[in-house]
Amino acid sequence: MNMFSNKRQVLLAYRKLRTKNKMLSMTGRRLRFVSDAGTFSEMYGDFKFNNPLEFPEYEEKLEEGYKNSGSNDAALVGRGKINGIDFIGVELNKGFMMGSMGTVVGEKVTLACELADSLNLPLIIFSASGGARMQEGMFSLMQMAKTSAAVEKFKENGGLYISVLTHPTTGGVSASFATLGDIILAEPNALIGFAGPRVIEQTIKQKLPAGFQRSEFQKDHGLVDKIVPLEEMKETLYKILKLHGCKEL
Amino acid sequence: MKEKKKEISAYQRVQTARHKDRPKVMDYIDALFDDFIELSGDRLGKEDLSLLGGIASFHGMPVTVIGHRKGKNLDENVKYNFGMTSPEGYRKALRLMKQAEKFNRPVITFIDTPGAYPGMEAEENGQSIAIATNIAKMSNLKVPIISIVTGEGSSGGALAIGVSDRIWMLENAIYAVLSPEGFASILWKDSKRVKEACEVMNITADSLKKFGIVDDVISEVKPITSEDGFKMMIEELDGKLEKELSSLKKMDKEDLVQKRYEKYRHIEGERAPKETTNGEVLKWAD
Repeated sequence: MNMFSNKRQVLLAYRKLRTKNKMLSMTGRRLRFVSDAGTFSEMYGDFKFNNPLEFPEYEEKLEEGYKNSGSNDAALVGRGKINGIDFIGVELNKGFMMGSMGTVVGEKVTLACELADSLNLPLIIFSASGGARMQEGMFSLMQMAKTSAAVEKFKENGGLYISVLTHPTTGGVSASFATLGDIILAEPNALIGFAGPRVIEQTIKQKLPAGFQRSEFQKDHGLVDKIVPLEEMKETLYKILKLHGCKEL
Repeated sequence: MKEKKKEISAYQRVQTARHKDRPKVMDYIDALFDDFIELSGDRLGKEDLSLLGGIASFHGMPVTVIGHRKGKNLDENVKYNFGMTSPEGYRKALRLMKQAEKFNRPVITFIDTPGAYPGMEAEENGQSIAIATNIAKMSNLKVPIISIVTGEGSSGGALAIGVSDRIWMLENAIYAVLSPEGFASILWKDSKRVKEACEVMNITADSLKKFGIVDDVISEVKPITSEDGFKMMIEELDGKLEKELSSLKKMDKEDLVQKRYEKYRHIEGERAPKETTNGEVLKWAD
């Protein structure tokens, strides 16, 4: 018998494949875009999954995430070059459980800070996250403290941290390392905030105005230094790195 | 002797933790400290009443006290925004913590909040960065910090005054990544599945102690809504505070900060490999 005995099954299989391809291309998409060709190498990609609370059905969700993204969780860490200047980069992948931060993401961001600190390299983090990973409960909340402490230590030691906020950056990620950059950039029209729009609308019992919590709004309200479209990202990052004395090695 | 208690469900503890008659931050301040002086304002244009701060004396030792403020009736709760703090409140807390550092006073925080305020103005004034800044600053503040979750501790709104050398919880307090209602709504799109959420979230003092996320549990031998029960609980808390503060105060400041860093550094489900050497080059399509 044919594997796809009817049209519907063919369609479903096709959709699944398309989603997978789309997500694979998303993992590290921005780091690829800003790094010099062939210079970016991934690190800390070999963690096993965590299910600290033994949360039901969580491991299945993670397995699905690994398969679809080809990554060990929602964060990708590595080292690369921008026009010859070395940097440590992190990119959160919203295709992996909405880029939520659990113990693996928290650990990888922390390791990235510590690595940048020990190698005396600038740190660039592209955030995209719905917030804390619900399935890891308080372990997730504590990653906010862990990552913020690591970022703070890196900055205190003189390190340069450029945070790039992309769509969406909310909840526990926006309320920790993502808003702690020495310089905060944002992609156009990204949703950036602590509470999600749905929660705010439920609280105030009215519709939010168009553009609320978007990058342009956050720039007007003093949270974001500059809005930079992806096409101009590499050039902007390069200028900032140069102005901080980062040199080609 | 502590009597053996009947099994109390997590959901029952949520209800106890939120009970309107449960002691509030001012009750703790009155019972534990002398000469309390409230200090107000963020020095940036606002005063947020949902967060209370000030200085006081603890057995003769000057301390800085910070806590979420809930009311005992509707009028008070409206005034204090039900303990839901806005950026201005967190910035006031930050100001008082830096002041404590300058004058070498330990900081004691009381956590009791349904979460940071999710309103329009709070977002406009930088709720995210206000919380993030407090968390970062608390991680290297050069004075001892002790946090006590007295009622409900919820989300980043609790953590914004909760990064500490010692985290304690009252026996019936809860501490969660998000309110059980919010959790059910996000995960199952059904905010009515609260009881179920409470069971899987691991939010009770007992389970969080087991996971090493809180350091100690303050017992509630009798209901602390009664005068008797409150007094017994305060006696235990007072003793613990006195003991811990005197040992933390003796520590070298750099050691204190380093120990605090390590405490949070190692909160994880599974230890990461220390030396990761995989430098596999991702296949870039350019």
